[in-house]
Amino acid sequence: MSSTPTEESIVTLKAEALDQLANAADEASVESWRVEYMGRRGRLTGILRNLGSLDPDQRRAIGAAANRLKGELESALDERAAEIKRSGSSQPKDAIDVTLPGRRTRRGGLHPSTQIIREMLDAFNEMGFQTVEGNEVELERYNFDMLNIPADHPARDMQDTIWIDRERASEDGGVLLRTQTSGMQPRIMEKQDPPVRIVSPGKCFRFEATDATHEWQFHQVEGLAVDEGLSFADLKGTLYEFARRIFGADRKVRFRCDFFPFVEPGVDMSIDWNGRWVEILGAGMVHPRVLRNVGYDPEKYTGFAFGVGPERVAMLKYGIEDIRHFFGNDLRFLTQF
Amino acid sequence: MKVPLSWLKDYVDITVSPEELAHRLTMAGTEVEKIESTANWDNVVVGHVRAVNPHPNADRLRLVTVFNGAEEVEVVCGAPNVAAGQTIAYASIGAVLRDPYSDDPDATRRLKKSKIRGVESQGMVCSEKELGLSDEHEGILELDTSAEPGTPLGEVLGDTVIEAELTPNRPDCLGILGIAREVAVLTGQELRLPETDFASEDPAASVLASVKIDDPDLCSRYTGTVIRGVKIGPSPAWLADRLRAIGERPINNIVDITNYVMFELGQPLHAFDHNRVKDHEVIVRRAKPGEKIVTLDGEERKLDGEMLLIADPEKGIGLAGVMGGANSEIDESTTDVFLESATFNGSNNRRTSSSLGLRSQATLRFEKGLRSGLAEVALRRATRMILELAGGTAASGIIDVHPGKDDEQESVPLSREKLGRVLGDSIPEDKVISTLESLGFGVKSNDAGWDAKIPYWRPDVTIPEDLIEELARIIGYDEFPVTPPAGRVPTWQPRPETTVRDKIADALVRAGMQEIISYSATNEEGENRVPLPSDTLDFVRILNPISSDHATLRRTLRENVLNSVERNLRTWRGPIALFEIGHVFGSAGEGLPQERIMITGAVAGPANDPSWSEQPRPSDFYDAKGVIESLLSELHSEGAFAAAEDPAFVAGRTAEVTVPTAGGVRIGMVGEVLPEVLARFDIETPVHMFEMELDALLSVEKSIGPQDIYSPTVRYQDSARDLALLVDRTVAAAEVIKIASNNRLVTGATVFDVFEGKGLPEGKKSLAVRVVYQSPNKTLTADEISKAESGILRSLEHQLGATLRT
Repeated sequence: MSSTPTEESIVTLKAEALDQLANAADEASVESWRVEYMGRRGRLTGILRNLGSLDPDQRRAIGAAANRLKGELESALDERAAEIKRSGSSQPKDAIDVTLPGRRTRRGGLHPSTQIIREMLDAFNEMGFQTVEGNEVELERYNFDMLNIPADHPARDMQDTIWIDRERASEDGGVLLRTQTSGMQPRIMEKQDPPVRIVSPGKCFRFEATDATHEWQFHQVEGLAVDEGLSFADLKGTLYEFARRIFGADRKVRFRCDFFPFVEPGVDMSIDWNGRWVEILGAGMVHPRVLRNVGYDPEKYTGFAFGVGPERVAMLKYGIEDIRHFFGNDLRFLTQF
Repeated sequence: MKVPLSWLKDYVDITVSPEELAHRLTMAGTEVEKIESTANWDNVVVGHVRAVNPHPNADRLRLVTVFNGAEEVEVVCGAPNVAAGQTIAYASIGAVLRDPYSDDPDATRRLKKSKIRGVESQGMVCSEKELGLSDEHEGILELDTSAEPGTPLGEVLGDTVIEAELTPNRPDCLGILGIAREVAVLTGQELRLPETDFASEDPAASVLASVKIDDPDLCSRYTGTVIRGVKIGPSPAWLADRLRAIGERPINNIVDITNYVMFELGQPLHAFDHNRVKDHEVIVRRAKPGEKIVTLDGEERKLDGEMLLIADPEKGIGLAGVMGGANSEIDESTTDVFLESATFNGSNNRRTSSSLGLRSQATLRFEKGLRSGLAEVALRRATRMILELAGGTAASGIIDVHPGKDDEQESVPLSREKLGRVLGDSIPEDKVISTLESLGFGVKSNDAGWDAKIPYWRPDVTIPEDLIEELARIIGYDEFPVTPPAGRVPTWQPRPETTVRDKIADALVRAGMQEIISYSATNEEGENRVPLPSDTLDFVRILNPISSDHATLRRTLRENVLNSVERNLRTWRGPIALFEIGHVFGSAGEGLPQERIMITGAVAGPANDPSWSEQPRPSDFYDAKGVIESLLSELHSEGAFAAAEDPAFVAGRTAEVTVPTAGGVRIGMVGEVLPEVLARFDIETPVHMFEMELDALLSVEKSIGPQDIYSPTVRYQDSARDLALLVDRTVAAAEVIKIASNNRLVTGATVFDVFEGKGLPEGKKSLAVRVVYQSPNKTLTADEISKAESGILRSLEHQLGATLRT
């Protein structure tokens, strides 16, 4: 996308456009000129689209200039096209209309959440994290207890829960819609010894009122690494790499202290988004109690875990204004990605 | 948690801007959500009321002459309390004030020149509400200031309030002092502790009252004292203002002090009317099941046997750490106060408050599990303030029952080795010690590292990793090194559920389908619109659904897909071709429900986008079937389609799909959805749907090995011959193809035209079939091909009654 429009950029654009148009010698070059400046992703179109990022005063001034230029370019285009036509085309008799649309293969598309999840998984897979997936309905034991979030603990407030069955009949506890995909951590660690390096995508659910930025259903991509000698520096290294992959190599990243019951120290990673720090990921060093719960010796092994919300990331990346679009299944939304 | 900087300044000097302060707190774990200034008053200045005269046309209005520092102006005012000689807040034309008639605290009005009952008002004398200070709008705000008229109001009044979102591990920061402690450490300033000493007189508190803890597992410490001869009244303005600034309503001086100390130190306290405690005897015990108490809010609460009660020998007088009892409440007649500051069990407190639906400021703190050392400090602080602000005499000593004294962890060890191992970096010895000490830990060095004595306000620090976080967050996370992840990469494990699912999704996309994702929960009524196969399991019901629309887990994707078709038919002109891959659920009795992954899709509307080169046509069965065929061909296999029945589909237009090469496994079905089902979704055009199960496709994928994919190309020429056949209408094309393919020289056969009607006998149809002949050993002669063809024709005639069209 183009950067923030200025009056200067409009003047420059005008000069370039008219200059180039004068040099367009045939219908094809006129057409490619049109696409370059006034097509859907054209340079002038880009300016008009980015007006929204300006403050109101500027928007008025620059918007007017851009619209004026649009009119000028349109008439220049018509004039040049007519000129070329008049100069007599040297087309053969059996010429076809090359401007008719071609026969395309109609393709569908993946849901934007799926696309961004795959992008994230690719990044982590390449760092040796293997994808594991679990069920959407989970036992309280795996979703909470094993992750150092016991019943009657205030940390449960961070994840209001949708329950299928609340009875704690056994140590499995109740049955619930998973509030995080982190339940895969103890499930995998119970079954295997370190090294562990997994990443777990999937739907999660919270008992939360829905609005433009909150959904009771959303996806999460959550990861875990446990081995001898893994440290906070490795956690930072992994997440830096991830942020570079997803948001670009130059993206500024910051880490700050935060609290999640299954990690200590706890981390929040924010990225610089147009000069504003935006939280995108929670992480930390795996809490020794979580390791002990699955029979790992915390004096021998250390590890780190992280979780990120694909919808939040997609909203940021594409400027999607309402999270409810994701499960609205409107083709006008879905087919844009 | 709201933190007014004016209050914070009692304990620490603020040497940085509010923005910088917010930044440092946020980086260290106390996230500041917003900074609000209540001092944003343009065109509002200090004014003096010079005269008050009656309004000529209205009894309840007055004409007030205000000196604004420059001139005298006349203002129409309706406030009953305006009087000459007052110092007030004067707003001139153009000032933006809060709209006093709106409940929305953000609603504002710009002051305009206006005539009120015929007299022009040159501005306004403001109420607290108009200034956004409180909801007080009964009268104007009288300022207590010596500032000159004309001084901007912001210089006299107003404050900056930072709003911090606290993590559940830090109850100390639910006190302003806790935040001040963070600020002091993060800005290198000294912390000033509030005063806690006071004068006392015999008799001793333990003579005036007694405390007995029957259930020490739920109350590890109970401190109390008695203050006699207090005078109940409103709190002084500064105290009331502070409470209002953090959103609390002042009640009376005693109650306000207990609240104030809670917001200052983080320890909830409770004051009882000493003389309403029978025999001055306080008993801390579990309630009897069914025991009742009326709490301060006037509600009668029925208790269970796990709820902790503060009682006297006769009755409950308070719900421990949740809310006091109405029967021992402080009121105007109170003269003697019994003050409680105790340490209650966090999870029990949380359980009680959540099962009674009674979350209070007290439970917000107790549920986090406070350390017992805080109780005594808060008791002494509150006693001092009561003596100062309500008078009376404090008993000597305090009552202190501390059964949990020896159970509390005193210190946390931290080894250098662990610090280095977790952080991947070392921190200099003196930095470790000075950082921990600045946070209030008592640090002793030893051979392995350090031993940190836990301060009484930090219940969250219990293990070495907690100390590591303390060090890292104060030093700053960004100060630590970044390395690419070390450690071993585990051996790769196959996860076909993931890889095959992704492959399927990709194949469907290439076949023109758009992926959708719906909610995993629906409701019975909605889902029951689509009939499901009879072996479908029962609904899995949600105990606390987010809404009645999402009260059960879906048993099918059919409903979601049809909803989506309906929604898009209204707004989408092109072909509708969509699919979902998602979990469906069925009740399996105890424990986890059955969970399967289904792939369901539909086509509806036009089959193609409008085009200059293609005839428009509606999508039909064969579009849906083609999607499955494309998918299977990407899995290097082929499906067999046979007429089948399903309660949601039109009989005779529905097929079941199996894969013969995978042991005949049934992967799903495809068909036209019944019009009466579609009508329930308000869909008026035909919809063709397919449904497959991931597990079945996994077994298809598994059945195909690399050896099944490649065979060498044959060197010898193949030949294609077309047959025009006349068969009964009921003969399936697949039968014809099967018979033709049975010939050992045939490598492929396809139907390329179907025709029935005009020119054909009744009940017959014409099938045009292209048959490809080839031998791996030689180029076939025309004779050999004709012989093979005759054989095929004989079989077709014999088995299907097919004849060659002439």
